[in-house]
Amino acid sequence: MSESTPTAAESRRLAQTARDRVRFEEEALELSDQVYRVARRLVGSREEAEDLVQQTYERAFRSWQQYTPGTNLRAWLLRILTNLNIDRGRRVQRTPQTTSLDANEQGDYFLYNRLSSQSPDENPDEERVLERLSQDNVVDALADVPHDFRDVIVLVDIGEFSYADAAQILDIPIGTVMSRLHRGRRILKQNLADEAAA
Amino acid sequence: MTDDPCDKCEEMMQPYLDGTLSEQEVLEAEAHLAGCTWCAKRYKFEERLRHYVRVAVSEPMPPELKAKLAALRTPLT
Repeated sequence: MSESTPTAAESRRLAQTARDRVRFEEEALELSDQVYRVARRLVGSREEAEDLVQQTYERAFRSWQQYTPGTNLRAWLLRILTNLNIDRGRRVQRTPQTTSLDANEQGDYFLYNRLSSQSPDENPDEERVLERLSQDNVVDALADVPHDFRDVIVLVDIGEFSYADAAQILDIPIGTVMSRLHRGRRILKQNLADEAAA
Repeated sequence: MTDDPCDKCEEMMQPYLDGTLSEQEVLEAEAHLAGCTWCAKRYKFEERLRHYVRVAVSEPMPPELKAKLAALRTPLT
């Protein structure tokens, strides 16, 4: 009897760990659509995104006990994904920070002004102006944003992460998130204007 | 930099939509937008653009990948 007590405690502990693990895996899998959607725009191709998401889940399921329950699991998964992306050497070639100089000169009304100037109406409705951009225009314009800026746009504007989460995922200061987002959106708008004109 | 209120309003657009302006600045932007259709239209466009971009670049996860991820789960013993 005296020997069965620790065994029972041990098996309860193991059973609890197994339940925690199952719950973790279920919660992580529920987020997979959102993780994929972000991954797809962080890397160049669908195949790369699929590989990256699969590796992310392999690693997450292996190191699930490092996750602190109650914290943002989606951000935790994206952090793994971003690190794997760096490990895979996709980031070796740094994109010069000076691309799209024009974009930095443009104000935030630039895209509306540019697109609406091609419209017969003066000051046309926003929907009419937006119709000038196709889905392909948007996909291509985003893909052409240098990755330091694109990563932040993808996390904040596509993935709807907070500045703080994006900072943690990318391991950069929150001020850098904000400045890259500001600049990145301008570059994106410049690219959209170019795409619409092409 | 100019003193043109529309220029000021343009500069406040991103932080306004991100919800990072101070209360005072929000009031300032909204007071201008209430009387300036030129700026108001550009704010509305920006809001719609953000939504449009998010939807346009969203690609659903391939079902095969979903199945692969599910298979990574620890088998129940």
